[in-house]
Amino acid sequence: MTPISLGIFASANTTVGTSYESIATVTVGSGGSANAEFTSIPATYTHLQIRGLVKGSAAASGGLLCQANSDTGSNYTRHELGGNGSTAYAYGAASQSAVNLYGNYDNLANNDFPVAFVMDVLDYKDTNKYKTFRILSGMDKNGANYGEVFLKSSVWMSSSAITSLKFYIGGQNLGQYSHFALYGIKGA
Amino acid sequence: MAAGATYEPIATTTLGSNAASITFSSISSTYTDIVVVGRMVAASGGSNNVRMRFNGDSGTNYSLTWLYGDGSSAGSMRNTNFDGITMSYPNSSNGINPEFIVHVQNYSNSTTYKTALVRNSWAGTNGAASTQVGVWRNTNAINQISFHTTNTDLGAGMTITLYGIAAA
Repeated sequence: MTPISLGIFASANTTVGTSYESIATVTVGSGGSANAEFTSIPATYTHLQIRGLVKGSAAASGGLLCQANSDTGSNYTRHELGGNGSTAYAYGAASQSAVNLYGNYDNLANNDFPVAFVMDVLDYKDTNKYKTFRILSGMDKNGANYGEVFLKSSVWMSSSAITSLKFYIGGQNLGQYSHFALYGIKGA
Repeated sequence: MAAGATYEPIATTTLGSNAASITFSSISSTYTDIVVVGRMVAASGGSNNVRMRFNGDSGTNYSLTWLYGDGSSAGSMRNTNFDGITMSYPNSSNGINPEFIVHVQNYSNSTTYKTALVRNSWAGTNGAASTQVGVWRNTNAINQISFHTTNTDLGAGMTITLYGIAAA
């Protein structure tokens, strides 16, 4: 059977959407960084989406975490469904100090295998409800340990509008080339 | 903070007849991430998975970690040294049409291995849902994405759309 091959060029773009907008991007430079933070997030959208590709910087355990509005208190909850290549499992925890995007005791360091994630923050500026985070994340290491895939949710138990989001790895710096992109999604 | 509209359709193809593969080539490096939305159709019955390859690499340079549920139990598995990133699970034949969304993160950088997050499901007989993470052990920028099945041709009606998301 004949293959179908389609050449694509930038000029082939047909429409430009206006409801999904890029707000800001952080790329970690050489030497790494303690965190990547978006501040002064505008209240002009309905939802936020953060898309990332993250590397660690040390051969040590640590989870990929996020805090809203610099809140370091035990005001986050966590539920997840995960797979480690042999077992599917569920986990939940209250009184967390951050949103967990990937792992906990996993080695995120070194090598060329990054963690990828897509995180939605729903109704981030609504002052009448707690804020919900929904996460798809994963890292595969071609059979090596610590390769996992997750569906997660977290709640930040605050009704404050979110104006900043800080990403970091517990116990180590973000590695060079870690990339975080913040997008806003408008409502009708 | 800068703001700009993004999440743009790049290309769509729907097969009018069976084909061995679908290839999107000369993909612009304009964007940061690629999102693939597709519906699998197999040309004939049997055990078929649709797989995705980058830059024409048919070597065993891909691997996956899976999380899946089939309505009665959940599980996880791995594929190491694979020849593509699988999007449908477990097997798809005539009349079973998994639909999938794939996020290919930072596809145009030349510094990291390329990682794809997949969500796949179908309802009905032997319905199942899965999410998997796949990696291509190559740091080259992706400029071509192709799709094929493992044991038969892609069937008429199979459709795939590529979107590009550009970060500020």
